[in-house]
Amino acid sequence: MAVLTRPRPSAKDGSPAPARVRRGRAALLTLGMAAGLVVVAAVSAVLGAYEIPFGDLFASVLHRVGLGGRELDRVAESVLWDIRFPRVVLAVLVGASLGCAGALMQGVFGNPLADPGVIGVSSGAAVGAVGAISLGLTFFGNWTVAFCGFVSGLITVAAVYLLSRGGGRVEVVTLILTGIAVNAFAGAAIGLLMYSADNGALTGITFWQLGSLASATWPKVLAVLPCALIGLLVAPRYARRLDLLALGERPARHLGVNVERLRVVLILVVALLTAAAVAVSGVIGFVGLVVPHLLRMAAGPGHRFLIPGSALGGALVLVSADLVARTAAAPAELPLGVLTALLGSPFFFWLLRATRRKQGGWA
Amino acid sequence: MRWRRSHAVPARPVTGTDFLEASGVSVRLGGRQVLREVSLTARTGEVLALVGPNGAGKSTLLAALAADLPSTGDITIAGRPVGDWAVAELARHRAVLPQHPALSFPFHAADVVAMGRAPWAATKAADEDLAVVAEAMELCEVTAFAERPFGTLSGGERARVALARVLAQRTPLLMLDEPTAALDLRHQELVMRVCRSRAASGDAVVVVLHDLGLAAAYCDRVAVMNDGRVAACGRPRDVFAAELLSEVYRQPVDVLPHPSRDELLVVPRRSEALSPQPIWTGR
Repeated sequence: MAVLTRPRPSAKDGSPAPARVRRGRAALLTLGMAAGLVVVAAVSAVLGAYEIPFGDLFASVLHRVGLGGRELDRVAESVLWDIRFPRVVLAVLVGASLGCAGALMQGVFGNPLADPGVIGVSSGAAVGAVGAISLGLTFFGNWTVAFCGFVSGLITVAAVYLLSRGGGRVEVVTLILTGIAVNAFAGAAIGLLMYSADNGALTGITFWQLGSLASATWPKVLAVLPCALIGLLVAPRYARRLDLLALGERPARHLGVNVERLRVVLILVVALLTAAAVAVSGVIGFVGLVVPHLLRMAAGPGHRFLIPGSALGGALVLVSADLVARTAAAPAELPLGVLTALLGSPFFFWLLRATRRKQGGWA
Repeated sequence: MRWRRSHAVPARPVTGTDFLEASGVSVRLGGRQVLREVSLTARTGEVLALVGPNGAGKSTLLAALAADLPSTGDITIAGRPVGDWAVAELARHRAVLPQHPALSFPFHAADVVAMGRAPWAATKAADEDLAVVAEAMELCEVTAFAERPFGTLSGGERARVALARVLAQRTPLLMLDEPTAALDLRHQELVMRVCRSRAASGDAVVVVLHDLGLAAAYCDRVAVMNDGRVAACGRPRDVFAAELLSEVYRQPVDVLPHPSRDELLVVPRRSEALSPQPIWTGR
């Protein structure tokens, strides 16, 4: 029936990206990023100080899954399964968490420049982690740093949220300004902890602060897994409501969205994702900022693609970045957080100017 | 989505019933009394205009009626206090057009209009989504730029896209805050015709207007607001008296019958000395 087809502009006024093209791009991007992730992960598993041929990689994976293949020698097995794979998996989890958290954050604030770091989750989590290192806490064994980072991150978000609440609602400007104040406070707390730390702890803190996946182990993967999975599974359920929130708070409410509840839930999810990522890998910036931004430019702002897409894109970016960090200056290793910030910030400047020019502003 | 398929589509209210009732509504904003004891009803099948000078409280009243602002007094929609409605359920009963439509991400115009269908997701009415969206876009003449990002549209085009979104919501109560403000002559008339046709099909329409001529021509009733109160409410020909309007707007106004049609013309009285004079060239 003619009535049921989507309204189209006449052929003469050519529009840049019709909805059909956008949807096609979204599907293509998803496929491309998934394929890219598999390839980069495989490359990441074979490259390094101890080279493992591709054939051996597949043989070993098939053997472990129980589909034939063969076992490698002890060193190769150990390098692959105890060092490389946990690191790749951790990179995937952290990248997906950061990308997804970025997309959610930007949606909640209705601002393409918002970032998990903005409301102070990253620095809040950093305080806990640094505290655990400098005070030498070990009550949870290997997981202590992650746990402390997560707890302090959550406390920070709750504090920011409560402090910026007024008259039953949260204004975005107040929230962001409170985030800035909290960031400053957290910076001071980290400085204080570092000042009182001994030399050994100081090295650990510095290393961790630069952002790195070098100490990846399966227990660390397990520590992040529940948080990351819960966040990644809950987030897409709110995609349509985030689309409506783009109209503004009141119009979203007029369309049946319980805006306050949406905001509380999503801020909790963001806290969960970011704090988990920061606690194991340190502060890795710009993934949550640049990935959703790029995807929005390529496939439109609809959150039904943007949220899972940003998770996938974040994973791809972080696995690739970690591969570069590991191999570019071998045998030394670049700090991952430094690398992403180094590449991310100029890119972001360019993005800003290009997008602003194209859209004629952000609104 | 969380909304389940079990939500029934509400029955259409009978034409001529009081769908929205407000009595003794007061609002304080920033220590200032913006609305004082306002009482008002909107009936299905009727277009009700809110008019009045700047700062009279028209938009505040609309926001209070839409349950956006904390207010004292009683507001009921379909016989139920506004506060008792679940947000999602209320969205199937009334739609609100904001005065300044905004959008934080570059969604296409067609996407924006389709957002108006969100309250009906997981109801039977969702089957008609595409047809309803297409019809609303056709009505507001925005089909031509359906695939352009909202941010690249002109003010008037944005206003019409926002109106199409509100129409696509298909609610028995429409609340429009200055829908004609950004529009040219043709589209002002178009919007008012749309209001009339929605009223004719049994909806209640409340519309904030600045153009008293439009209000007189298209609205069944007008409420003239002044200083947070309803100064007068009734049929345009009963309410639009030169003395009342001159006093409320603090500007002398003439109300004249249209020379050929059964209609009122509201014209500000202007000093002749200020109208443009032919320039004397000295010849």
